[in-house]
Amino acid sequence: MKKIYSVLVENRSGVLCKVAGLFSRRCFNIDSLAVGETDDKNVSCMTIVSSGNQRTLEQIEKQLNKKLDIIKVRTFNEEQAVNRELMLLKVKYNRTNRKDIMEICDILRADIVDMSKTHLMIQICDKPQKIELLLEMLKSVSIVEVARTGVLALPRCNESE
Amino acid sequence: MNGADILVKCLEEEKVEAVFGYPGVAIAPFYNSILNSDIETILVRTEQNAAHAASGMFRVSGKVGVAAVTSGPGATNLITGIATAFADSIPMVCITGQVSSELLGSDVFQEADITGAVESFVKYSYLVKNVEDIPRIMKEAFYIANSGRRGPVLVDVPIDIQNATVKSFKYPESVKLRTYKPTVKGNAAQIKKVSAELLKAKRPLIVAGGGVLIGRARKELVKFSHEFHIPVVTTMMGKGAMPSDDPLYYGMIGNNGHPYANKAMKECDLLLMVGARVADRSVNQPDITVTNKVLVHIDVDPAEIGKNVGPHIPLVGDCRAIFNDLMETERSKEHKEWIKTLNGFKEELMPKRDPNPDYIDPAAFIEELTNKLPEKAIYVADVGQNQIWSCRYANIKGGDFLTSGGMGTMGYSIPAAMGAKYAHSDREVIAVCGDGSFQMSMMELATMRQHGLKSKVIVMKNNYLGMVRQYQHFTYDDKYSVVDLSGSPDLEKLAQAYEMPFFRVEDPAKMSKQIDAFLKSKESCLMEVVIDPMDLV
Repeated sequence: MKKIYSVLVENRSGVLCKVAGLFSRRCFNIDSLAVGETDDKNVSCMTIVSSGNQRTLEQIEKQLNKKLDIIKVRTFNEEQAVNRELMLLKVKYNRTNRKDIMEICDILRADIVDMSKTHLMIQICDKPQKIELLLEMLKSVSIVEVARTGVLALPRCNESE
Repeated sequence: MNGADILVKCLEEEKVEAVFGYPGVAIAPFYNSILNSDIETILVRTEQNAAHAASGMFRVSGKVGVAAVTSGPGATNLITGIATAFADSIPMVCITGQVSSELLGSDVFQEADITGAVESFVKYSYLVKNVEDIPRIMKEAFYIANSGRRGPVLVDVPIDIQNATVKSFKYPESVKLRTYKPTVKGNAAQIKKVSAELLKAKRPLIVAGGGVLIGRARKELVKFSHEFHIPVVTTMMGKGAMPSDDPLYYGMIGNNGHPYANKAMKECDLLLMVGARVADRSVNQPDITVTNKVLVHIDVDPAEIGKNVGPHIPLVGDCRAIFNDLMETERSKEHKEWIKTLNGFKEELMPKRDPNPDYIDPAAFIEELTNKLPEKAIYVADVGQNQIWSCRYANIKGGDFLTSGGMGTMGYSIPAAMGAKYAHSDREVIAVCGDGSFQMSMMELATMRQHGLKSKVIVMKNNYLGMVRQYQHFTYDDKYSVVDLSGSPDLEKLAQAYEMPFFRVEDPAKMSKQIDAFLKSKESCLMEVVIDPMDLV
């Protein structure tokens, strides 16, 4: 099972280390982790995607709540939230495959953001599944390097908020 | 006034009477300032023991102990003591000196990233960056350590912060922590559910863990057990929560406990697990706590509930508050049949020993010793075979029983006994260790002598690391590896060196009189008990 943890933390040095340390010490998985400031400069938001059985996922929430630098922990499943991830990837192209690459980018709504005579850089911001699909489609092309942000997620909009 | 003066003033505000520690350059300003205070300083002989002494002091007095050591090796030596306290949820405040702020991260002499190193063994830690923050940090440190699920807090203070000048000192009256609000009172709806189960149950049982002792709920436990007619078993960390001569006490659970206590846990129909973690050594098959019974798990830490076993009724809160709330509910009737069954288990499953008559039988020795102990005596068991014998055979009536249960740290008993003795100089305090664990902290005999801490030490001598030898006996067909302790010092000469009265107990016929003489002495004395090297627990 997969679970997304949206964790508001005090924006202090060492907090990321404490959270990451908690996951490694208790053998919890981190599928992805993204951190950034929120609208409040003193508060950062960590979006952590983890997987495991029911008991493990529950323990993750409880153990996170025990950490004194953590202000609030929210958990949700993928379908309860809007998930987005950003990926940059650099590929080597040649005359024969350039068009194919551009077509794939078009279909999957990825952008070409940089280019040289031999290389292209592609940017995609979408659901993690779409990002996986783009990687799959570009398998036949030689990928030089890839950087991904990890998933960011917020629960879907709700009138009662 | 400088940062070090402020640190000392904070300790005074917290009514700290003694600091256990070891100096060094990075903590020198603090140890200079403390000269102007009434706070006593106790020089241990290695830093780890400062934490153990602070632990022993808290466990018998409820006062948060303080350890103060220098940077680098001083701080890293303290880690085992901190981890030991963390595993048993013992509060303490550890102050470590640190190299000057501007040198942090440059690997200068005696620099260690101690807040990073202890992260998984502390409840919280601080690296002080501004001298003005000291009062707030110290107030928070004591509050965090001694509330909720208790545990150690470390405050790392760079030397330049200790030397920085401050104009005035004001200790905050309260703490403001938006991220930390421990639950004290149990949820009323959950308490109602527990009450309904109490009225229904035919075979109820309480498992009292270390949380009952740390939460200072012994009286409440006994009262609740008596008024609701519920028998009690304990974990190793809970030993002493119920007097061992109480008619409703049925021993200690666990693979090293009493078989009749384990049987009681298996056969009950309502299990109240209070302040216990359901850890592997006390319940090796967590499923038995939920099979054919209702499990109520009471703990101050919500993360402990459901970690090892999913209870039917979780109840988060401070166990003393919860016992008091449960006392307000309708009393359950006597369970005569169940008590009869339990007495049957006790008769049938009483551990039988076949001691070697050429040596002192540790079981007989511990029974006789603890039966003769004055009221309110404090018994500190070390780790190893001696610990298992102590847990099984020590009769703790009104006193305290301390041991390192979670971490199983060898060498705990002597420094912890020292801390206990500091808190209660009027009570008999005895550390019982093996010859392995004794040699891990025998340097503290000097601390005892220097500071007049007249705790007594008993060494069960078998010239082996007995617990490991026993393991190798069963697991590796007596192929012993690295367990032989020959080379150990002559304890009689050692006692002479520290000017301690010495007793060697080797003749079972003389044992009783020697115990009397040992207990009669007003000095801290050393007793060697010669036991069979091949004995098994």
